Amino acid sequence: MHVMTDFYIIIQQLVNGLILGSFYSLVALGYSMVYGIIKLLNFAHGDIYMVGAFVGFGALGLFGSVLGIGWLGITAALVISMVLVGFLGIVIHRVAYQPLLNKNAPRMSLLITAVGVSFTLFNAVMVMTSGEYKAFTTSLSYDGISVGPLNITYTQIIMVVATAVLMLGLYWFINRTMYGKAMRAIALDQDACRLMGINVTKTISLTFFVGSALAAAAGVMAGVYYGSIHFYMGFIIGLKAFTAAVIGGIGSIPGAMLGGLILGLLETAGTQLPFVGSAWKDVFTFGILILLLVTKPTGILGKSEIERM
Amino acid sequence: MPILEVKKLTLRFGGLTAVNNLSFDMDENSIVSLIGPNGAGKTSAFNCLTGFYKGSEGDILFQGQSIFRQKPYKITKLGMARTFQNLRLFKDMTVLENVMSGMHSRTSAGVLGAVLRLPSQRQEEKKIRQVSEECLDFVGILDKQDRLARNLAYGDQRRVEWARALATHPKLILLDEPAAGLNHDEKDQLVDLIRRIQKDLGITVLLIEHDMGLVMKVSEKIVVIDYGQKIAEGSSEEVKNNPKVIEAYLGKEDEE
Amino acid sequence: MVNSVGFKDRVTETIKGKKTRVLFLSLLVIIVALLPLGVNNYIEEVMTNTFFYIILALGLNIVIGYAGLVDLGYAAFFAVGAYTTGILMRYGLNFWLTIPIAVIFCVIAGIIIGGPTLRLRSDYLAIVTLGFGEITRITARNLKVTGGASGLVGIQRPTIFGHKLYQITDFYYTFFILVILAIIVSLRIYHSRLGRAWQYIREDEDAAEAMGIDPVKTKLYAYMIGAAFGGVAGAFFAVKMTAISPETFAFTQSAMILLAVILGGMGKIPGAILGAVFLVFFPEIFREIGQMRMLLFGILLVIIMVFRPQGLWPERKS
Repeated sequence: MHVMTDFYIIIQQLVNGLILGSFYSLVALGYSMVYGIIKLLNFAHGDIYMVGAFVGFGALGLFGSVLGIGWLGITAALVISMVLVGFLGIVIHRVAYQPLLNKNAPRMSLLITAVGVSFTLFNAVMVMTSGEYKAFTTSLSYDGISVGPLNITYTQIIMVVATAVLMLGLYWFINRTMYGKAMRAIALDQDACRLMGINVTKTISLTFFVGSALAAAAGVMAGVYYGSIHFYMGFIIGLKAFTAAVIGGIGSIPGAMLGGLILGLLETAGTQLPFVGSAWKDVFTFGILILLLVTKPTGILGKSEIERM
Repeated sequence: MPILEVKKLTLRFGGLTAVNNLSFDMDENSIVSLIGPNGAGKTSAFNCLTGFYKGSEGDILFQGQSIFRQKPYKITKLGMARTFQNLRLFKDMTVLENVMSGMHSRTSAGVLGAVLRLPSQRQEEKKIRQVSEECLDFVGILDKQDRLARNLAYGDQRRVEWARALATHPKLILLDEPAAGLNHDEKDQLVDLIRRIQKDLGITVLLIEHDMGLVMKVSEKIVVIDYGQKIAEGSSEEVKNNPKVIEAYLGKEDEE
Repeated sequence: MVNSVGFKDRVTETIKGKKTRVLFLSLLVIIVALLPLGVNNYIEEVMTNTFFYIILALGLNIVIGYAGLVDLGYAAFFAVGAYTTGILMRYGLNFWLTIPIAVIFCVIAGIIIGGPTLRLRSDYLAIVTLGFGEITRITARNLKVTGGASGLVGIQRPTIFGHKLYQITDFYYTFFILVILAIIVSLRIYHSRLGRAWQYIREDEDAAEAMGIDPVKTKLYAYMIGAAFGGVAGAFFAVKMTAISPETFAFTQSAMILLAVILGGMGKIPGAILGAVFLVFFPEIFREIGQMRMLLFGILLVIIMVFRPQGLWPERKS
């Protein structure tokens, strides 16, 4: 009997880890895509996720009366948030990063600009929300599949499926469309792409759009799942998603997906460990990050590059 | 004992073998040139010697001590200095400051010395300045010491590179295409300079160069490589008449 | 841009020549030293706060300005310094004796964070330093010895030559002296073998290494010295405030110090001072904007990077 209970706990934690990992993966993708194409660590990416949650929250409030606050309303809010935040990504790229890219500015300047963007976004939301938690109210139930003490809600299942659909869509987009090919080409050699007539700036903007839209989707889903949102929610997840991207190999899209899931599972497992617990779980994650950066900075699926002079 | 012994050095990048089983050695206080057609692997070999690339196989002995896969700064500290093919000056610093960088590995003042301005530190600073000025004088641009490196003419920027390498007090200096971009007069001065480095300073010189006239004029020994492999070695006369060398540079006759 | 050139000319003209500059600086020091005689407590408080940020900005300037390394968790060092002093004084140690210990702890923290990560590319370093800053804050929150979420309270005031430092004027002068020391230390290190090594590495790391400079060791020194500045500032902060809590050392704090350095101009001592002055005075002058000020800081950071990445203080002429 005791063994069975342990088993259920493990399964339950596995599900929790999978959900957490899905959010990490979606955010990590944006990090990895932007890094892959312009070698910028888009520091503001976590805040884009946060803005996505708030836009979704606003959209649900606006259309909830018509569409209801069930799955229909949530899906509408998700799509609206993805599109709007995707455009926000483009605006950020054009206003803050592209001028520096044009000037061939040092990487440090780009990085600091990204810190500035992050600061701007989270303070803007803080001012607008007076720094309060907002309850992300939905009419979703806790119904689900129950086996013994184990309970997996339909919401959880739909979240994982939705993440999988978004990722498959992205995979198709990157590998099968002209835009995706242009992105991959630019990541390899920008100048050559320019000579071949690819509009580099536009393609980078598109990358920002896609990355930001995915983060927004994660933000809305996290809001729905946890039931409350806060201006500071992007900060820690930004760090975690970056960790996930590094685990998988930064610049690699399957790597970001895999890294997110691994981190989600590791973290839920970590909270079960003695001496770690929930108070220390962030320390645990950063510990993993630092360990990984020192031992295998290219990550699991990243390619090692030989630097040539 | 030779000052430098390269033993079966091999360097691979993925599937590409840039340097293949290369062996040669250099006598103390000699001038040796490493030549070969474009893309023959000269610079790759050079970067293995100076630690900027980690060789895949083989060994490199400097004064009998292995420096294979060592870090560049350690190799410099042991007494092997290099210049860069495409100038790598500290552009926003003065000429003198550039040359002072060479003295870094020969001095030791630390944080405390600097903060407290200890007499030993002040003494050392004076010495760094003095040696750097001597090096600038040796290459003939002492009068430009206070100019920013980026504002110098190309030929003078080359001289800063040489002075900077000399300031590390090397026993062996590796010059990577020092004549590139120089005009006729400057090349003559370079020949003179290389000889003075050998005679006056007692430093061994390894030269990578495209300008055959210059190579033939100064080298005591020439090592020719093609496709990463050594194809000839000897005096300028021997190399000049070696059919393999002629083939590498001009191509086989029946190919045309 | 036209305006900035005009500004540059004016500034260089005013402080042209060593003599005028020495005169100008002495005058400035005298004015600042005599200021407490003529102003109220509020101004003194604001000035003391400014001095405090100048010390931190000068410390971070060594890391990012001199050595060109990103550090998004600088507040962690300041936290280590403050907590070390706070805890040791609770165990009865004399304040002045806690300072060297605080510095040593900070230097060790600098080595722990820099040692394994300095080989990495700069953007990885940004995340690691940020993570380290968070780890420090979370650790302070969770440990008993650091007082948990509420932090340490009732830290004793220090005495010097039998005089107890407790009035704002006392701290005004204490921090003023620290600022002067910080400037002297910064200047001397900058114009030394180590300072030049940082510049060489910043300009061209490969070339610097070819000159026999060990890049990892040299960068590590920047972290250690920057950390030591943070440690001293933290120790004095603890006794001035008499209470410290983990949230004082959150990311926002690190970002503010970073802003001070960037705003004035990385690598420039007057720049770091100007940045710190702006950072403290701006919200004091525009009190009514309240929460908006952080938002404005964020926007400002982006604007500076896009339009004037070299910062407000004019470039040294050659």
